[in-house]
Amino acid sequence: MLRGEAITRTFGGITALDDVSFSFAAGKITGIIGPNGAGKTTLFNIITGIYAPTEGKVFLEGKDITGLAPEKLARMGMVRTFQGIELFPQMTVLENVMVGRHTKSKSGIIASAFKLPGHIREEKNIREKALSWLQFAGLGDLADQEAGSLPFGRGRILEIARALALEPRIIFMDEPAAGLNSRETRELAGLIRKISELGITIALVEHDMELVMDICEEIMVLNLGRKLAWGTPREIQENREVVMAYLGEG
Amino acid sequence: MKRELLKFLLFAIVVSVVPAFVSGGYLLNVLVFVGIFTMLAVALNLLLGFAGQISLGQAAFYGLGAYMSGVLTASHGMNPWVAMLIGAGAVGLLTFVLGFPILRLKGHSLAMATLGLGIIVYIFFNETVDVTGGPSGLSGIPNLTVGSFVFDSDLKNYYLIWGFALLAILLAVNLTNSRIGRALKAIHQSEVAARVLGVDVHLLKVEIFTISGVLSAIAGSLYAHTVMFISPTSFGFNVSIELLTMVIIGGLGSIYGSVLGAALLTLLPELLRTFQDYDIIVYGLLLILMTMFMPGGLVRGIPDAAVALYGKLKGGGADVER
Amino acid sequence: MASSDQILQYCLSGLSTGAIYALIGIGFAIIYNSTGIINFAQGEFVMLGGMLTVFFLSVAVLPLPAAVTAAVLVATLVGVIFERLAIRPLKDAQPITLIIITIGGSILIRGIVMLVWGKDTHALPAFSGNEPLFVGGATILPQHLWIFVITVLIIAANRLYFHHSISGKAMRACSYNARASRLVGIDVKRMVLFSFAISAAMGSMAGIIIAPLTMTSYDVGVMLGLKGFCAAIIGGMSSGIGTVFGGLIVGVLESLGAGLVSSGYKDAIAFFILLIILFLRPQGLFRKGETERV
Repeated sequence: MLRGEAITRTFGGITALDDVSFSFAAGKITGIIGPNGAGKTTLFNIITGIYAPTEGKVFLEGKDITGLAPEKLARMGMVRTFQGIELFPQMTVLENVMVGRHTKSKSGIIASAFKLPGHIREEKNIREKALSWLQFAGLGDLADQEAGSLPFGRGRILEIARALALEPRIIFMDEPAAGLNSRETRELAGLIRKISELGITIALVEHDMELVMDICEEIMVLNLGRKLAWGTPREIQENREVVMAYLGEG
Repeated sequence: MKRELLKFLLFAIVVSVVPAFVSGGYLLNVLVFVGIFTMLAVALNLLLGFAGQISLGQAAFYGLGAYMSGVLTASHGMNPWVAMLIGAGAVGLLTFVLGFPILRLKGHSLAMATLGLGIIVYIFFNETVDVTGGPSGLSGIPNLTVGSFVFDSDLKNYYLIWGFALLAILLAVNLTNSRIGRALKAIHQSEVAARVLGVDVHLLKVEIFTISGVLSAIAGSLYAHTVMFISPTSFGFNVSIELLTMVIIGGLGSIYGSVLGAALLTLLPELLRTFQDYDIIVYGLLLILMTMFMPGGLVRGIPDAAVALYGKLKGGGADVER
Repeated sequence: MASSDQILQYCLSGLSTGAIYALIGIGFAIIYNSTGIINFAQGEFVMLGGMLTVFFLSVAVLPLPAAVTAAVLVATLVGVIFERLAIRPLKDAQPITLIIITIGGSILIRGIVMLVWGKDTHALPAFSGNEPLFVGGATILPQHLWIFVITVLIIAANRLYFHHSISGKAMRACSYNARASRLVGIDVKRMVLFSFAISAAMGSMAGIIIAPLTMTSYDVGVMLGLKGFCAAIIGGMSSGIGTVFGGLIVGVLESLGAGLVSSGYKDAIAFFILLIILFLRPQGLFRKGETERV
């Protein structure tokens, strides 16, 4: 599904990622873990087109997508969420998700300004689809609220709903459980499973080990910019090197 | 979006009956200018209020429209409507081509680049004396006509220009309530999130810059044919600032706010003749005070203030939800 | 075809106006580096310098050195007041808000000067006569020398301050990382205030030394400010030598363009340079590019 080959990224003289290769299997939930400074977020930013890698290549279903801009990746069915959640705070919850339909609609400025018939149909469709994704994520009753007024936990779910509206093939979540309380984290785990059941490939960076071990089918461990281990949650838990890396840090 | 349509119809009715209540040609003449500035303010608001991209060179596009129309009709005898189309097309092409490098810039660099562009164009209006007549201006621009009907009175021009202004408002309102409008607002509120969701941020910025330019150019053509005389001072830096003030006063992102801003800033100096020349001070003060104390503009600020006041009177200062 | 003497002449006068642009540009850079704000009112400090000196000379009948000092002090005070009233209350505002506020401040200052002293153009006497001096085949005025000397002195003082005094170093620290500076106990707010004071003082000085050559009026600040900005952009917003070169480049090209092509388009030249730099090398001529895309 998504493959990375020998990805290296340096910032100034510092090597944040060193020769990391991986392959995320289609339809699975893959977790990326590692101590602070392991290069997880850098890897995410490279895959999702925020940075270009210094060396190495990224392939989406065999197609070279190295260094493609995020908007191009979105059109290819790749979407992500952010650690600090990036909503459109002055738009309503529903409107936020409607922006998620951008790649699935095509009316241009002229069609929109003159309200051509095709555009009206399309708008209706955007609204319906957005609403159904909101309901899928359990935010249906908040549709008309301003996104900026949502509590943090709801905001995170909204960001995921908005990403889903794109009907992605693969979704990246950067620390989805950060800042959530334990009840919200359980809800999040439920939502991630539901998304996975739709056949969408999921990759997430996460610090909450309980969550990662609970929902992920495969785990990649990074340490100091290198790939340390790869395996099922069970294999990772039993991996001595991984345990050492975490203990060494603490 | 029925409510939007209703609001628009109501506004259109008000606009069309206003002349019946206005005695004397002078005020009507001023209202014609309100119409022109409404178009210009709406054009800037699409760019600044929705996409969050500043332009301090709007007067240049306005001026280019006016000069294209003026020169093509007065010096070359072209049909005014054709000239207007050519002007709008030329400005559209210019803004589209320049938009690509310009809208790579952000914040203050964007402000300075558009400002620089505005000043370069202004200098050309002054210096290309053979074409534009230079600082002393260009006269002999004909009125617009439809068949044998000539738009040669304030009343006729009022309906002509407000017809255009209403169309501009309607199109802008439609646009802002569409997929494109949401994408523009998204760019403004989180550019990185917009990109991740597949919005081609750069191209969309360029497109809205182009639309803004074309709309300003049409306003310029209308101005030229209404006043029948143009000179560079009508298209200088101060005009760009005036437009900015209109949009800020009315409220960023509010189309009807721009109408209000255009009306206030066009009517006030006319009503208070003592302002003459000193209106620029008022703009400065308004820009500072509005941004500091009423960043949502009058359209949002007044209802908010009223609600807050009402809440205070009633509930002893309890927080009021917006 | 212009003779080499003429070219030399254009270059010399270009260098002197370029020095002025450099001073103004450094003013932009100082504020930008400590606050991230481009102060669109920068040009008005320049205008205030010239206009206030004219006022103190003619109305208050002060001798020239006293008038110059008084003008710089008042302009600096205006800078401080502006920061306190309009900038400080808006800390952490969006760039666009700050742009609009400083534009508002700029036209307000300009408007008040117009209200108080009218729209007339005023001349300031040259500091030491108008007897031309010969340099090769070209002539320069004593005022040109004043400009060079004062510019060099200001830039040197500036450098001493930023590199060798505690508060200057603190200001540089703020420009690298305001939050970290706050953590180590630097009063960031005060540094912002300082930056406005310093750049107002520098700007007004620039306005004073050029006024004898170009005359002054309430509206000279717009063009001078923009050209100073152009210098700062070429210099990559450095408050050092890059911006000095930027100013000199703009000054000389403008002077050559005016002399060899057409004087009417003189002001357009600086803006063409500005646009080209912004399009092709927005980080300035003297800085390495950044690679981050978002």
